[in-house]
Amino acid sequence: MIVELNGQAEQLPDGATVADAVKAVGVNGETRGVAVAVDGQVVRRADWVNTRLADRQAIEVVRAVQGG
Amino acid sequence: MAEQQVAREAAQAADAGFALGGRTWCSRLIVGTGGFRSLESMEQALVTSGAEIVTVALRRVDPTAKGSALELIDRLGKFVLPNTAGCYTARDAVRTAELAREAFETEWIKLEVIGDDRTLFPDAVELIEAAEILVDEGFTVLPYTNDDPILARRLEDAGCAAVMPLGSPIGSGRGIANPANIQIIVEQASVPVILDAGIGTASDAALAMELGCDGVLLSSSVARAKDPERMAAAMRGAVEAGYAARRAGRIARRFHAQASTPDEGIADLG
Repeated sequence: MIVELNGQAEQLPDGATVADAVKAVGVNGETRGVAVAVDGQVVRRADWVNTRLADRQAIEVVRAVQGG
Repeated sequence: MAEQQVAREAAQAADAGFALGGRTWCSRLIVGTGGFRSLESMEQALVTSGAEIVTVALRRVDPTAKGSALELIDRLGKFVLPNTAGCYTARDAVRTAELAREAFETEWIKLEVIGDDRTLFPDAVELIEAAEILVDEGFTVLPYTNDDPILARRLEDAGCAAVMPLGSPIGSGRGIANPANIQIIVEQASVPVILDAGIGTASDAALAMELGCDGVLLSSSVARAKDPERMAAAMRGAVEAGYAARRAGRIARRFHAQASTPDEGIADLG
């Protein structure tokens, strides 16, 4: 399936979960400071592994950066 | 209003602790982490500032980014205050706050909803809407607001934990453009008032505290100073000095001189 991952079209295997999308943007290991929204709705960390993605969903994976 | 003011100052005089969001803090200086030239420079400045609360933002994961600001902040034991910088609508700000709550496991949010990218002034209508929603959702809302006493009151009525009026535009270093308005906001507020944005140098931070603000939030003035660590020390001193001066009670301004040395007993030197 093709999803929009942080604004870019991305091919993910069918059945991929939010946790897979998080790995796909390069987050490995420590996930404090990381959060995910799928189609504008926040997906709680505990639900990443069991939330399956669907074709054409928009996923935003954000993390802490320096800011005022 | 005057009673609120008296009660607030009495509480301040009784103890120098700073109550914000249901917790008591020692430092009245909150430091933003944006604009530092390196993580090393940020670390030195954060340590020297004595700040307990530091702000961070959320952005799309950049796999090429080097080092982790959050790791550093956690290692220094600072309290993370996420912001909604870059949001133009209540909807975006609420979503960003919800992401921040998930990312940092905190209910605290520095709420910014800006109106345009030239001035970065807050959009009052969107700001109020976002504040109401976030308070309903259980957030501890610290809104960056205009130096408008009516808007500040509306934010307090909405249940915000503080009001954070700007001194002048973000990053401008122009100091406190309208001290009278800040004074009015302080006079009427029964939540902490934190001067947020526009600080250029130490005297601006001291003035904010002398005007009766409970704290100062600054970022660029330290991060973009030639020597951020030294400026962090200056800001720390300025906030403490301004707060002490406010509590000490300054003399009234007068137009003409008033001798500090008595005239009696002056020698007649012919």
